[in-house]
Amino acid sequence: MFQFESFDAFVAMAGHGPYVWAAYGVSLAIMAWLAVLPLRRQRALFTELRQRVQAQQQRGEGK
Amino acid sequence: MWQWFHKLGSPRWFYDISGKFLPWLALASVVLIVTGVVWGLAFAPQDARQGNSFRIIYIHVPASFLALAGYYVMAAAGAVGMIWKMKLADMVMIAAAPLGAALTFIALFTGAIWGKPTWGTYWIWDARITSMLVLLFLYIGIIALSRSFSTRETSARACAILALVGTVNIPIIYKSVDWWYTLHQPATIKLTGAPSMHPDMFKPLLVMILGFYCFYALVLLLNTRTEILQRERRTNWVKELAAGK
Repeated sequence: MFQFESFDAFVAMAGHGPYVWAAYGVSLAIMAWLAVLPLRRQRALFTELRQRVQAQQQRGEGK
Repeated sequence: MWQWFHKLGSPRWFYDISGKFLPWLALASVVLIVTGVVWGLAFAPQDARQGNSFRIIYIHVPASFLALAGYYVMAAAGAVGMIWKMKLADMVMIAAAPLGAALTFIALFTGAIWGKPTWGTYWIWDARITSMLVLLFLYIGIIALSRSFSTRETSARACAILALVGTVNIPIIYKSVDWWYTLHQPATIKLTGAPSMHPDMFKPLLVMILGFYCFYALVLLLNTRTEILQRERRTNWVKELAAGK
């Protein structure tokens, strides 16, 4: 059952709103970042490796 | 058995197999954590004494659980890497460090925010809180140490030794609330006996703990896979993988 009388009451959390929302917001943001970071590093590495292969091929064609 | 052990030591094999688990782990973490957050924030009854600030428990407790369990993962991986010279285990150890540090930070941060309306202070040098801060420093120490050596073998060995020595801190964290009963409350959930919590409040917590376990496994795999790709970047299979992306 929904514990609050209105959406405003839900946001306010009877005065504890700032604490609760700050705790959830910061924690979930950190967790999202934890999951995105390795994916971004992988993509950067793949791009780098592809560019290196292309550079090698171009050098090979130039000979 | 030994063949399996050998395979597990192969980073490429691990990369292929772990890729099959990723979508399921991601799905499970999102579903469980979203359910747990909505349930905990809006539908769980408020605490008679702490009011709504108690809802922070749904982040604080799971994060603390995984901060501690993650330390075991890291130390065990370090030990395996040191004893059997398994490179994959070293990579898991390195992958576990930033994840553990972040979860420990979340546990400390949510604890501090929860402390203000409940205890009247953000921070106190209570035994539980101080030993958790030591845990954060251990994680950060291992991250720093792993970057301060030029050879991988020396780096892995130094990190494994620090991780193993640091396990001394784990039972201290667990027992701190009983040994020095100052401010932090004793454990809400015990393996033996019923939880000291109303079922309506406990069920969302269980969902969140499960969600955090899935999330931990997901990010540990992602970090390990990234570490594998970094180290194997000169091999053909990684080059082919990069070309296909």
